[in-house]
Amino acid sequence: MLDVAKRDPAIVVVGAGPAGLRAVETLAAAGLRPILIDEAPRPGGQIYRQPPVGAERPARDLYGFEAPKAVALHRLLDRLGDRVDHRPDTLAWSLLENRLDLLSAGSFDQIDFDRVILATGAMDRVLPFAGWTTPGVFTLGAAQIALKAQGVAIGRRVALVGAGPLLPLVAHQYLKAGAEIAAVLDVTPLAPKIRHGLGLAWQPATLLKGLWYTAHITLAGHPIRFGVKSLRVEGGARVEALVWTDGRGREHRVACDAVGASFGLRSEAQLADLAGCRFTFDAVTRQWQPERDPEGRSSRADVYLAGDGAAIGGADVAELAGERTALTLLADLGRPVDASRVALLDRRLARQRRFRAALEAAYPFPGHLLDAVPDDEMVCRCEGITVGRLRDTAKVREAHEMNRLKAFTRIGMGRCQGRVCGQAAAEILARTLASEPAAVGRLRGNPPVKPIPVKETL
Amino acid sequence: MVERLDVDVAIVGGGTAACAAAVALRGHGLTVAVLEKRRCGAGASGVNFGGVRQQGRDLRELPLARRSRTLWDGLSALLGEDVEFEVSGHIKLARSEADLADLEAYRLAAQEYGLELTMLGANAVHAELPWLGEKVLGASLSPTDGQANPRVVGPAYARLARRLGAEIREFTPVTGAVATGRGFEIEAQGLTVTARHLINAAGAGGGLLATAFGETVPVTPLSPNMLVTEPLPYFISRSIGVCGGDVYIRQTRRGNAIFGGGHGWQDVELGFGRPTAEQSLDGMRRTLQLVPSLAQANVIRTWSGFDGQMPDHIPVIGPSATTPGLIHAFGFSGHGFQLGPVIGLILAELVTDGRTPSPIEPFAITRFRDMPTATSAEAAHTEH
Repeated sequence: MLDVAKRDPAIVVVGAGPAGLRAVETLAAAGLRPILIDEAPRPGGQIYRQPPVGAERPARDLYGFEAPKAVALHRLLDRLGDRVDHRPDTLAWSLLENRLDLLSAGSFDQIDFDRVILATGAMDRVLPFAGWTTPGVFTLGAAQIALKAQGVAIGRRVALVGAGPLLPLVAHQYLKAGAEIAAVLDVTPLAPKIRHGLGLAWQPATLLKGLWYTAHITLAGHPIRFGVKSLRVEGGARVEALVWTDGRGREHRVACDAVGASFGLRSEAQLADLAGCRFTFDAVTRQWQPERDPEGRSSRADVYLAGDGAAIGGADVAELAGERTALTLLADLGRPVDASRVALLDRRLARQRRFRAALEAAYPFPGHLLDAVPDDEMVCRCEGITVGRLRDTAKVREAHEMNRLKAFTRIGMGRCQGRVCGQAAAEILARTLASEPAAVGRLRGNPPVKPIPVKETL
Repeated sequence: MVERLDVDVAIVGGGTAACAAAVALRGHGLTVAVLEKRRCGAGASGVNFGGVRQQGRDLRELPLARRSRTLWDGLSALLGEDVEFEVSGHIKLARSEADLADLEAYRLAAQEYGLELTMLGANAVHAELPWLGEKVLGASLSPTDGQANPRVVGPAYARLARRLGAEIREFTPVTGAVATGRGFEIEAQGLTVTARHLINAAGAGGGLLATAFGETVPVTPLSPNMLVTEPLPYFISRSIGVCGGDVYIRQTRRGNAIFGGGHGWQDVELGFGRPTAEQSLDGMRRTLQLVPSLAQANVIRTWSGFDGQMPDHIPVIGPSATTPGLIHAFGFSGHGFQLGPVIGLILAELVTDGRTPSPIEPFAITRFRDMPTATSAEAAHTEH
């Protein structure tokens, strides 16, 4: 007779990026056989996204300095073989109690888990600016994906806009790929980067890489313009130019046929939300995040969090946190863990946290863009909702909270369910009310995490 | 320091009926306080299907539904904002001879209440709804029924009530209420309210409040499981239900198809419902049979709510049998949205006149007097 009490616990890891991969590696090393759920056909996550089978290119071209890390992670599952139950092309679209709902290869499925590690990653933070919905405007992440997965640039002559360390990296990658760069614009000021330069030295290699990218693009004749005050895309059916205002209020116009623009990252925390994890507002990155202790536990005993899906830390942190969280899970199961390894990971993560604090300070949230955005500009393109509509509704119909604003305007009710527009809307609402985004709350999460096709139920 | 309020009427609950009552009571010049534990119109009033439907109701509800229907025409004007009320008509489909006989019997009975329904033969239904994927034998059309946006109605009533001078207190859960002989004293978070009259419009929590006055009623929580697709080209011109109630669907002018699928998961203690994947997928399967073109669509959101359901699926409306000055209106069993406006009027009439022209006897709380405290009413498939 099967002794249920002695069966191995069902451990599920969601996300096969750096965090999820290091987590399953650690769990498999302890003799468990974790189930790894991932939306992508091949492991790597967004940061180390692989081209489709048959369209491979040298890792050095795709990932630059990070090629060895990317290759190590890509090979990890091959090395582990069937010690990991890898389920690619699978969307985890809902989570209720101890059940995950999946959609893969055209059919719905469910998994009951005893413990789950959510390593769901991040996406670009999108903020509206004049003309941002013009065809040819992409996020920086999408601009990277185009290069990494499809081997194409987003345009022939590209303007890049950012508010974080992704900007010099993408500019560098585009230059290396042979694209013509029209402008590299950072909407955050230069001064805090100098002020917090010392803090960035907590990760000297990362800092040096950033400086290298910056030097490379500068030498190529495209110095980063810092402190950009406002942006406007010109063009109708297609991007024709980017008009921007510098720190002194002077207007510039550069002709281009594509714009890559996003403003930092936001955690993809919908599953943690559906799991009922407690969220708190992080005043630095200005987003709601699932609470996580330094060892990777959420507020719910059987749900663990690792990587950018809980708080933005980047790929290196995600690798460390994936392993660290898996060790926490093993310890919670009463399995032996190597205390010296735990101590080493904790030291590295602490160092990374100090670096991250300096990095966030060096790239403050560019709220001035939202003050500059005109009323007739779209904020939600799924539902066609303008910035002015949100501002008016906040004032006239007393929508003082995000779910109220959603009920009245349909913001967050379209295909993206607020993944793209939610944070911008909260900032606009808070600014209209002269309040803080923490005070206007966050959109209530509902399944599915991403749209699910009706026909697949047949 | 605890704030004190003294009003003529205290209303526990901030749904559509509660806020409509506040509006009507202000019209009579009475002072009113609405005590809502979360946000007005955001509970069952705000997350339901959005059907403004008379057809298919329990006959005892029909007089109320008829009267309420007359209010819907002027609702956007009254509230000063568009509630997206659209008289699309409601079609109820028969998939068997027995269904057909039920529809015909209902049509005859409804006539007594002035509700004109038209029977459609199979050919007429398929001509009217050429996209139907299932063979139906016929249907009943209620041309005066329709749909509206539930998310805006309750909050709009609350704002109107506030403009008229009512105290609308959100995030103010009531923790206790007692009759003092001169009226009531209600304890809420950070607030003590004294009032001559007390209205219990607390939805799923209505049973608990009634119990505080010695009236035990068997309210069970009900959480319809709802789904919505991305916008599709407009084709579902009517609000649609079927006999048996296991499929119901409508399409907004924006293009989103909204449909129901069973019942969701509930946290009874916290008083909220959530959709479940199993129920959502079953609902998608059932609806797809009836509407095959939905195969092209994606579901972008599912949701649920939390309403109070009575064993006989009709609400409790009327004066308390134990406590003078206390009036109940709760347990709308998943189909209170259409009734909201008239319930507000009836409650105001009961406060000011002690009676109402609407026949509310069937909804008396005393009908449960001899019932043992029921545990769970069966979760029948019903169109919400």
